[in-house]
Amino acid sequence: MSAPVEDFLPDYRAQSPAVADRFRRLKERPVVLDVEHLGRQFAGNDGGIVTALRDVSFRVHRREFICVIGPSGCGKSTLIRLVAGLEQPTSGRILLDGHEVHGPGPDRGMVFQGYTLFPWLTVKRNVMFGLTMKGMSLSQADSEARQWIDLVGLSRFQDSYPAQLSGGMKQRTAIARALAAQPRILLMDEPFGALDAQTRCQMQMHLMEIWRNVDVTILFITHDLDEAVLLADRILVLKAHPGEVQELIEVSVPRPRHADQFTAPEFLATRRRIDELIHPRTESAVEKLPIVRLTQVGDDVE
Amino acid sequence: MSRARWVAIGREPSPRLRAVLTTCSFLLPLALWALVSYVPWIWHPLMRIDSPGDVAWFKPGLLVERPAFAEENAKAVAAGGHAATGRPANPVFLPAPHEVGRAFWTAFTTPPILRGEPWLHQSLALSIKTIFWGFVISSLVGVPLGIVCGAYGPVSRLFEPVIDFVRYMPAPAFGALAVAVLGIYDAPKIAIIVLGTFFQQVLVIANTVRRHDPALVEAAQTLGARPGQLLLRVIVPSCLVDIYNDQRILLGWAWTYLIVAEVVGVSSGITFFINQQAKYRNFDNVYAAIIIIGVIGLTTDQALAFLGRQIFVWKDPRPTGIRNFFQRLFAGRDVLLFPDNDQPPTGS
Repeated sequence: MSAPVEDFLPDYRAQSPAVADRFRRLKERPVVLDVEHLGRQFAGNDGGIVTALRDVSFRVHRREFICVIGPSGCGKSTLIRLVAGLEQPTSGRILLDGHEVHGPGPDRGMVFQGYTLFPWLTVKRNVMFGLTMKGMSLSQADSEARQWIDLVGLSRFQDSYPAQLSGGMKQRTAIARALAAQPRILLMDEPFGALDAQTRCQMQMHLMEIWRNVDVTILFITHDLDEAVLLADRILVLKAHPGEVQELIEVSVPRPRHADQFTAPEFLATRRRIDELIHPRTESAVEKLPIVRLTQVGDDVE
Repeated sequence: MSRARWVAIGREPSPRLRAVLTTCSFLLPLALWALVSYVPWIWHPLMRIDSPGDVAWFKPGLLVERPAFAEENAKAVAAGGHAATGRPANPVFLPAPHEVGRAFWTAFTTPPILRGEPWLHQSLALSIKTIFWGFVISSLVGVPLGIVCGAYGPVSRLFEPVIDFVRYMPAPAFGALAVAVLGIYDAPKIAIIVLGTFFQQVLVIANTVRRHDPALVEAAQTLGARPGQLLLRVIVPSCLVDIYNDQRILLGWAWTYLIVAEVVGVSSGITFFINQQAKYRNFDNVYAAIIIIGVIGLTTDQALAFLGRQIFVWKDPRPTGIRNFFQRLFAGRDVLLFPDNDQPPTGS
């Protein structure tokens, strides 16, 4: 990559007064999730020990939208699984509202990339699942589930089975199902990774709309830089081998966000900063592959 | 049709071709059978005597091997007598298709040879009853045990090694023991079927349950499902279709144990009928009875497959008339099948 042509961009840390004020208020809110010196090691295939995460610390405030981004192998999925309680940390601890997390629970709802809807239940019954687990009666769970299904715009499909839904609809159902259990924090593990570009864009807008209207804090894993900048208040950038925190970036793009901001200076500045962190200049020069010319002289495509 | 279509890997043939092939799958063996039975110069190693001529020990209707027939005729002619005449014939154990076809009817109308012996339909009913109870008793214990073994590692480690060991002991080997313990009538026969089915059943079901999607369990956990709820609310329903199909296959295995089970103690059921008819060399009835077993097995399996498609709506959720009927029948069925075993919420 030659000298950046975007040098006219502002510093990614520069915040307009409105944005700065917003972050000040955000940090005054109570801490929902407190991750302290989290580490996770596991046995590798060659008998050695692989360190997936090392000394990861960060705090998430109430109703904050935080994205975790990093190159593959940085342990972002491990991080979210630890927070969900689906795996146990080897060091450090996770506090939710000040209480240490020991296993999975309904206070940490999760949306997986693979949807993980229960195929034998209709959309409505899927959404009712968490409610009936709490011991709610069927009729009460039914009416509550309808509200969440309305929220994600699937009222017409409430009696459909997951096999009948498109990917975007499945993920909306999964979001409704997770939200219906009324978690303190919603964990989303690359939820839109399997969707096509257009659906993904719709789902991002939809998610922001939901987040604005529902009292929920979101921890969102992604490998898509644009997605992270578009959605997040703050972005936790991890680096790989081992997974460590590289920087916690405050996104200076003003809210409400919309797709037009993809070309805004703050957006581009933040995006460039993350790009630099994830793809460092030293490695970014694409290695010249030793390709032998196999076409005839003069038969050029470029 | 291009040749490529026949050898395309993993490609389903068109519905029409599929129907043709299925029909051929039954017609080809039948055609082969008809060929051997009706074309005189194919096989037919015997001669059926029409008129005995001057051979002393020939009688009309007698079956004689061809070399013996030729030799005796040569002798008779040399002695100045008449040669015997006859037609090529197959051995008595290979009746022609039409004879077996007729036997489907006559086997049911043939009165028992001895007084007090059962008619064919009584024999069949007894066999079906034996299978039914054997399979039900085996399933009542085997399916739950298999599910628990598949879901919980320690339970599997406790039960599966010994089950794996016992399953190598052929069920018929327990025949004498079963008679000693349970008498000579129906009970030891049911016991043999239970012994033959049960051990396989536990292992097969356990394997199926072990293949459940762990992501669904994790999803349920993040929705607040407690360990006790996971089994009935997630693992069992997610494996239910596969368990059902396993049961269909296991029912087929139960049928294979029927014949050995029925010779334990007092021979009974369809086996008794087959043995009795074979004793009197009514091989057309024997074939008919064997084919009837196949027909019953295939029909049961297809009926269960059809029933499965109606019950497990989520596998192919297209409404049909019969499905609407079942849906009304099972209205709120997920409540029936997977009842809430919830305790009141603990804490908040």
